[in-house]
Amino acid sequence: MTEIWDGITQAFFLVVSFDPDLVSITGRSLRVTVTAVLIASLIALPFGAWLAVRRFRFRRWAIALLNALMGLPPVVVGLIVYLLLSRSGPFGVLDLLFTPTAMIIAQVVIITPLIASIAHQALRELWAEYHDLLISLNTTKWQRMQILLWDGRRALITAALAGFGRAIGEVGAIMIVGGNIDNVTRVLTTAIALETGRGDFALALGLGFVLIGLSITVNLIIHGLSRTEQEGRW
Amino acid sequence: MKTLTAALVWLVCSSAVSADSLRLAVTTSFENSGLADVLLPAIKRELDLNVELLVVGTGQALRLGQAGDVDALLVHAPSAEAAFVASGHGASRREIMYNDFIVLGPKNDPGQISQSHSASQAFVALAKGSAPFVSRGDDSGTHKAERALWENSDLEIEEFGPWYLETGSGMGAALNTASAMGAYVLSDRASWLNFGNQDDLEIVFQGDAALFNQYSFIAVDPTRHDHVKFKLANNLEDWLVGESARELVDSYELNGARLFTHNAKF
Repeated sequence: MTEIWDGITQAFFLVVSFDPDLVSITGRSLRVTVTAVLIASLIALPFGAWLAVRRFRFRRWAIALLNALMGLPPVVVGLIVYLLLSRSGPFGVLDLLFTPTAMIIAQVVIITPLIASIAHQALRELWAEYHDLLISLNTTKWQRMQILLWDGRRALITAALAGFGRAIGEVGAIMIVGGNIDNVTRVLTTAIALETGRGDFALALGLGFVLIGLSITVNLIIHGLSRTEQEGRW
Repeated sequence: MKTLTAALVWLVCSSAVSADSLRLAVTTSFENSGLADVLLPAIKRELDLNVELLVVGTGQALRLGQAGDVDALLVHAPSAEAAFVASGHGASRREIMYNDFIVLGPKNDPGQISQSHSASQAFVALAKGSAPFVSRGDDSGTHKAERALWENSDLEIEEFGPWYLETGSGMGAALNTASAMGAYVLSDRASWLNFGNQDDLEIVFQGDAALFNQYSFIAVDPTRHDHVKFKLANNLEDWLVGESARELVDSYELNGARLFTHNAKF
């Protein structure tokens, strides 16, 4: 039990002393995950809206598949991305393996279905409300999607934050495609795995608390900026 | 939208590395020993070379070398290394330094391993199964050495009972498991001395010639992978066998105990 207390004090000192390693690792964690969330949102949010508005034959199947993909095992995604980016793989010439870009690619694959699925759920309800109005105004599909995306933006932020939460805490995939190289691809989660392997539980736990703190801070900032709590309506 | 795109481009592109850098796959035992923290800054200073370490088991390190995903390897599994070079994946194999394996176990030593006179006796005693034995099980150099030691004592791993636990994890994780379970485990000395969670574990057997642990450097063969940085790998090899590396390796101590002995020949 003393280890947990040691972890809390370690975390405190790491943050207060502005430890340069910690700052660079935390910065890299944020950069990789924020980029992945932005890219994934650019794909997933319009896709979710499209799925809510559009009626087509295999829609049910597409939604079921999308929901199933939310549970993609990160290690498998990591292994596949590794094999694709390896020098012996089809995209080896790009020389992306063991770079932050490779980690971003893996995270985009992992969180895009999650964001798309949550976005679709939210926008479907909104669409039920807006359906008659938008049809009677004779809007195009594209206009309907735009309206849904704009009016549903608060729920979509929640979808993006869910993606952020999954990506920032992920370790299996980025360990494989990033390689946990010091000063290049080491992020908070892989550093925690490393320190646990060294038996330095206090430092590992300290980094863990920093990670949790970071996640809470990002969520608070986003919610503050989007003023979710100040207004009761869309 | 433009600023967003610009930000994305910056975020993705700024990850490119500029200075001379070399990817070296090393074993978990080498990284856990802490020697890397001494050698890498010296290499940066003297060769102006950023060595990027990929810390994996020897088995995976050889795979990375085979695929051309790293420029060089620092591993410890002599027969697998020889096969790697013979099949044309590695340019040459150069012995750099050694330490030794040790058998760790709970302080009360339920299997009385400490009374063995040789490594083969110790492993026969371990196979009685009076306490669990944690195996790396990840095809790393330490795992290969452990399998060879069972074989030396004429023991078949397939016939072992439930006391034999294959964890499939790195050296540190295996030590954590052994420490938590009161189990025996084979480790290299450097990882053990640098391990923070020693708890109830202690050395129960050491000092047999069969426990010798040689680390070698292999540059990946550029004829198969023309993108590997063969020249930089050669520079690094020359440095590793040279005087400054010898001094750093031989003087690296933890709690007064020496971890590695440099034995490279020119």
